[in-house]
Amino acid sequence: MSRIFVAGLGAVSPAGWTVTSMRDALEIGKPLPVQMLDSRNGKPLAARLVPVPPTKPEFLAHPRLRRTSAITHYTASVALEAMAGIRPACPKDARLGLIVCLQSGCVQYSSRFYDETLKNPATASPLLFPETVYAAPASHIAALLGNVALVSSQVGDPSSYLQAVSLAALWVTEQRVDFCLVIGAEEPNWVTADALRHLDRTARISAGAGAVCLCSEPRFSMGIELTAITDAHTYSTRRGRTMAAQAMRNQLNGDDNNISMELLCDGTGNSSRADGPELAAWRDWTGPRLSPKRVLGEGLMAAPAWQCVAACDALANNRFKTATVSLVGFNQQAIGAKFRKSSVGAT
Amino acid sequence: MLFPAAPSPAEPVRVVVTGAGVVTALGTGWKMNAEGFRSGRTAFRPVTLFDVSRQRAKTAAEADLPQTLPKTHLDGRRLDRLDRAGKFLLLAAHEAWQQAGWESAENLPFVLGTTAGGMLLGEEYFRHALQKPSTHRGQAFRAVCYQPQVQARMVMDALNFSGPIIVVSNACASGGNAVGQAWELIRSGQAERAVAGGYDSLCEMVFAGFDSLQALSTTVCRPFDARRDGLALGEGAAIVMLETLESARARGANILGEIIGYASAMDQHHLTQPHPQGQTTQAVMKSACATARITPEDVGYINAHGTGTPLNDSSEAVAIAEWAGRHVGSLPVSSTKANIGHLLGAAGAVEAVVCLMVLREQWLPPEIAFEVPDPACKFPVVQRPQDATVDVALSNSFGFGGVNAALIFRRWR
Repeated sequence: MSRIFVAGLGAVSPAGWTVTSMRDALEIGKPLPVQMLDSRNGKPLAARLVPVPPTKPEFLAHPRLRRTSAITHYTASVALEAMAGIRPACPKDARLGLIVCLQSGCVQYSSRFYDETLKNPATASPLLFPETVYAAPASHIAALLGNVALVSSQVGDPSSYLQAVSLAALWVTEQRVDFCLVIGAEEPNWVTADALRHLDRTARISAGAGAVCLCSEPRFSMGIELTAITDAHTYSTRRGRTMAAQAMRNQLNGDDNNISMELLCDGTGNSSRADGPELAAWRDWTGPRLSPKRVLGEGLMAAPAWQCVAACDALANNRFKTATVSLVGFNQQAIGAKFRKSSVGAT
Repeated sequence: MLFPAAPSPAEPVRVVVTGAGVVTALGTGWKMNAEGFRSGRTAFRPVTLFDVSRQRAKTAAEADLPQTLPKTHLDGRRLDRLDRAGKFLLLAAHEAWQQAGWESAENLPFVLGTTAGGMLLGEEYFRHALQKPSTHRGQAFRAVCYQPQVQARMVMDALNFSGPIIVVSNACASGGNAVGQAWELIRSGQAERAVAGGYDSLCEMVFAGFDSLQALSTTVCRPFDARRDGLALGEGAAIVMLETLESARARGANILGEIIGYASAMDQHHLTQPHPQGQTTQAVMKSACATARITPEDVGYINAHGTGTPLNDSSEAVAIAEWAGRHVGSLPVSSTKANIGHLLGAAGAVEAVVCLMVLREQWLPPEIAFEVPDPACKFPVVQRPQDATVDVALSNSFGFGGVNAALIFRRWR
C-alpha cells in the first residue's frame, strides 16, 4: 500500500470563495449571519448563503459552465483552488480522478424544472433538465479540467464523503490516476431548507463546497498524509447512530499522550437532536476541537468536505501534528478519518 | 479499516455471480424476464402513473408491482415507507439473495446505482410544500425516505445484512458502474462478497425531462434502426450477488457466470451527447478486454447501451465497429431497451443480468421492431429469437455527463 498525501485543498463556504476565508471565519468562531431565502411557498426560511464572489470567476467563461447553477460554480472553484499549486509542476499527461459527492445535488434546477413541469410539461425547458442530473457538476468540471481519466458522482448522507476519499485513495494507490479530487458540494434552495426544517428546526441550511486532492507522489504533497479511514459503521435495526458513532470512535483511538497536538474536527452543529450520538462518542475528548458547522451552517455534503479541508489546513499551518475528522451521518453511517503532518512535501 | 486498505493480492481474485434478481416491465424475476427477452416481447403501454396528456410521448414500460411483497425482516410499517422504486429494489434484492443462498452478514458492501432514488417521494414532497405549506404531515418522512441510502438501508434490514452502502449516480451508467465498482472491491481483495445493482422508477419529472429534450420516441423504440426516433423509458431494478470464486466453490454455490472485465472512463465531448466517433466507448471496451485478457474475437454477444436515440446509437455503432475490427460482421449485437425501455440508473444492472441469462441459457435477445439497419451498424443486430453458443458477453452503459462503462461476463461451466 503506497502512502497517500494531500496535494491541495479548496473551499467555498458562506465565509467566501477560498480556504483562507473559511479559515478566518473558523478562527473567529462566530456563527455567520443568516439571510432569508426566497421561498416559493411563502414560508420564512433562513440560510447561510455563499456571498457573491468579489469578481466574476474566469471559469464561467468556459462554454460548458455558462448555463450551470451554483453547485457547479462552487465545484469548479474548489477544484481549481485545490489544483492551483499542482498544475504548474504537474506533467501534462497526468491523469486526474474526480469524485463529486452530493446529498441534495442540483436542486435549484430540479425544483425549477419540476415547477415548470407541473405548470405545463409541454413548455418545461430542455435547457434545465440535463442540469438536474446528479452527474452534471462532475461532467462540467471534467470538461473544465480536461485531463480527467476517471469520474464518479456519489450520493449519500454527508458521511459518505469519507467513503469517496477511500475510493480516491484506492484509485491513486492502484495508479489508475495520478491525482484524485474528492469534492463535496451543495447549493442553496428553498426546498432543501424547507426539508431540513422538518427534520431539525434548530439547524440552518448553508451551501458551498470543499475539495481535497490526493496523490501518492511526495513532491506534490502539502506536507499532509492520510493515515486512516475507519470502516463505514452503517446504521441498522441492530445498530443505531449512538452505537455506530462509538464504533467509529473506537477505531480512531490513538496517541493520547500528545493530545494537545491533535485536532478533532467534528460534525456537530447546534442541534441537540442530531449531535447527541457524536457528542457522546467524543465525550472524553479533552484536546482541541473544531466544529465548522457551528460557524458555517448545515452544509449537507459540503460540510464533511469543509471538515476535511479545515483539518488539513490546520496541519498545513503547523498548528497540529495530527487531525481527526469525525462524521456521524444523518441516516447512513458513522465514519472517521485521520490525517497527520508528513515528513515529506511542504512544511 | 477502509484505509489503509487490505493489500491487493498478487493475482487479481476471480469474481463470480451466484445470485441475480430482476424486475422490469416484462415481469418480476429471472424466469419471466428470461422468457420475455428470449422471445423479444416488448412491454410498452400508455403511461398510467402520471398525466402525460400534454407530453409528446405517451407510452413507457411500466412494471407491475405484485400485490404482496416477499416476507422479509421488515415489518408492515417499514414496508409502507418504501416507495415504488424501493419496492422494485427490494424485490430484485430478495430474489438475488434467495438464489445465492447467503445467510445474514456483517460488513457486506452494497453498491447501488440510481439516477433518481425515491424521486416519486421527492415529487410528492415538492407538490405538498407548494400546495399545502402550512401542513407538515408526511413531509419529514418524504424528506428522509426519498434518499437512496435510506432505501438501501431498508433493503439491508429486510434481508438482515449490513455493511457499507455506496450509491453511484453517474446517470444512465450508474447500474453498470455499481456492478463494476463492486467487482473491483472483490477483485482487489477489499471484500469477499458484495451486493450490487441498480434501480429506478418512472416519475413525472424525468419523463418530462426526456420529453422536453425530444429524446423520447413517439413511435416505437428501435435501437440501431435507421428510422429510430428516440428512446422509451422503463422502470425496475436488478441486483447481482458477487463473490470470490473460492468462496462460491467452498460453499458449493450455483454459479451463474463470471465477471472478467470492467472499465469506466469519461467522455468530455458534451453533457448529453456522445462523441460522434465513440472514442471513449472504444476506450472502455478495449480496457475491459485488456483486464479480462481477451480480444474482441472472444466476445460472442454485445448487449449495447442502444437507447434508440439517433446520436447514441450511431456513436456506439461506430465504436463497436472500430473496436471489433474484422470480427464486427459476425458479432451479434442487440439492445434490450427495445423490450423494456431505458431503466436509467437500473439499466446497466438489468443488462448485466440479461448477459448472465444469455450465457446461462444460450440464446440471444432479439429486437423484434428492428427492420432497417443504420448505415453505421457493421454488425448483425439480433432480429429474431435464436439459440446461440455464447461464451463471453459484453455490456455497454453510458450516462448523461459522459461516464462510459463496459462489463464483460464469461459463461460458467
